[in-house]
Amino acid sequence: MSRYRVLVTLKPALLDSAGRAVNDALHSLGFAGVKDVRIGKLVEIEMAEGGRAQVEEMCKKLLANPVIETYEIEDPA
Amino acid sequence: MQEAACKPGNRDLRDRGPGLRIAVIRTPGSNCDQDALHTLRDVFGVDADYVWHRESSLSDFEGVVIPGGFTYGDYLRGGAIASLSPIVAEVKRFADEGRPVIGICNGFQILTESGILPGALVRNEGRRFLCRDVYLKPVNVESFWTRNLSGPLAIPIAHNEGRYIADDGTLDQLEAENRVAFVYCEADGSITPESAPNGSSRGIAGILNEGGNVLGMMPHPERASSEILGEIGGRAILERLAG
Repeated sequence: MSRYRVLVTLKPALLDSAGRAVNDALHSLGFAGVKDVRIGKLVEIEMAEGGRAQVEEMCKKLLANPVIETYEIEDPA
Repeated sequence: MQEAACKPGNRDLRDRGPGLRIAVIRTPGSNCDQDALHTLRDVFGVDADYVWHRESSLSDFEGVVIPGGFTYGDYLRGGAIASLSPIVAEVKRFADEGRPVIGICNGFQILTESGILPGALVRNEGRRFLCRDVYLKPVNVESFWTRNLSGPLAIPIAHNEGRYIADDGTLDQLEAENRVAFVYCEADGSITPESAPNGSSRGIAGILNEGGNVLGMMPHPERASSEILGEIGGRAILERLAG
């Protein structure tokens, strides 16, 4: 059994509205040093069989939308 | 269209409706399906029926409406999971044959997620769910859906992820090929940088596929098609299906 982690993030050029809201909230808490916040998604996938190539395929077919997002796959520890 | 066919609940005329036979796609989380069916049947007298997302054939139909909602709770991305439904593969084939398809709001998201239309719809620039009337300027006025439309059309929006995004090449291509169906405008038809309430690229509210038979739009024409609802800015769009 292996657990892959996929990180999906909005492309840097895109405004991240949720990230901006959290950025502003952190400022209001007094964290004046916060310059920017980006929010992505973490998808953990437990595989009974198959490996990275399949996870890659999952990213392309569903987990990330290439128009707006990029992804990174973390191999199982 | 016969006048009598417009009257709500006129079942005899409805059953042999004057227009195309229309499928209204239902997926878990669709919530504008009843509005769409009501508008088609009771306002326009069109022969329309629900088609469940697990179905894989549209052979009984001549047109498709993918209504708004929050299919699969918008998990992952709006429309992402619904775009994998068996019926969406069939909608793609159906669209390739040149038949009319309209995706409204979440239906538009399903069309972009499935690749039937280019680009993507992301969270509104102003971080708010927007539920209010907008004005649309028809840009393409030649397609099945938009022929001879004149604006501005007052139609409501209700979305959190309605900001249309595509790369510059795609946006240029959409404009060059006259595939921008609608842009947001002011009540007098003028366009300012603030006209798009959600921050859409180039103010886009709706786009067409290459053949002009597939329309995706964020505003809800089915909510603005009968006088009793207060406005009829969307009427001319869905009325195309009445033949």
